[in-house]
Amino acid sequence: MAKKKLKQHVINRNWCKGCGICVSVCPKKVLELDELDKALAARPEACITCKLCEKICPDLAIIVETEEVDEEAKPHE
Amino acid sequence: MSVHDFIRERFFPHMWCAGCGHGTILNGLIRAVDELGIRKRNLVMVTGIGCSARISGYVDFHSLHTIHGRALAFATGVKLSRPELHVIVPMGDGDGLSIGGNHFIHAARRNINLTALIMNNRTYGMTGGQFSPLSGLGIKASTAPYDNIDNSFDVVELAKAAGATFVARTTTFHVNQLSDLIKAAIQHKGFSVVEIFTQCPTYFGRKNKLGDAPQMLQTFKERTVPVGSPKKQEDPSLIERGIFVNIERPEYCDEYQKLLERTQEA
Repeated sequence: MAKKKLKQHVINRNWCKGCGICVSVCPKKVLELDELDKALAARPEACITCKLCEKICPDLAIIVETEEVDEEAKPHE
Repeated sequence: MSVHDFIRERFFPHMWCAGCGHGTILNGLIRAVDELGIRKRNLVMVTGIGCSARISGYVDFHSLHTIHGRALAFATGVKLSRPELHVIVPMGDGDGLSIGGNHFIHAARRNINLTALIMNNRTYGMTGGQFSPLSGLGIKASTAPYDNIDNSFDVVELAKAAGATFVARTTTFHVNQLSDLIKAAIQHKGFSVVEIFTQCPTYFGRKNKLGDAPQMLQTFKERTVPVGSPKKQEDPSLIERGIFVNIERPEYCDEYQKLLERTQEA
């Protein structure tokens, strides 16, 4: 069965106002604010692609891009 | 389609403050419209005046930015002349319930097929944080430095009593419920009201020492429960969210059409 896997977090730094909402709602602490108070995906490997950050961002500045991965390709035991 | 297909990117970044919940409502609204598959040209957004009203400028639908409190009156005109269009009317708490209080109850009474979104931040953000009819007792505002002594409206009870046939409530923290309720409200035939608690960290939050935007969202999470939750019995101060009313009644545009057909036959 096809499963969604993270491709990348696309963060529009011109739109981000650094409110920190995305950082506070992320269940896996993937996001941080950088030295300019802009959202940054500091630990993308922990992302579970719940897209909570994308849906709650008041500045429409985050897009969580995903790609399909085929689980059949993995060895099945 | 992505969010960006539904907005006028040339006006971004938007004018709302950092952490303002209005952007989250815009986000949820766009996702709802996207998931419903409604074509942009079949959607009309009508707003009045205030921070909330600026939302009509950011969406790439037909949009009308009208006068204070009268968005529902303009929307009624649009809907009656073009009943096939979906008409969404986002209003602030002051715009919708104070200046436009009469339009609100009468649109509900008529059961005209409009989607009213009450973006409730409990203050007049654009003009400097005055108290609104939804601020409530004991709240501090720029016009109530020693506590507000006005009781607030309960939007859900008001809409129910006035005759709205779809009434729901959610917050900007509950983003999945937000887009689901907006979807259900758009699909409902009749006057639908969705009250959305939204944070104003700049005025309401600062004057009442509620912390920054993430802390205000945390409060929405902790102080609200789904409709019918047993927690509400234990702590009556909790606020319920979900769908309160979802009934069928004759719709205004339909009734008007029937009347036209009947009188033209005679």
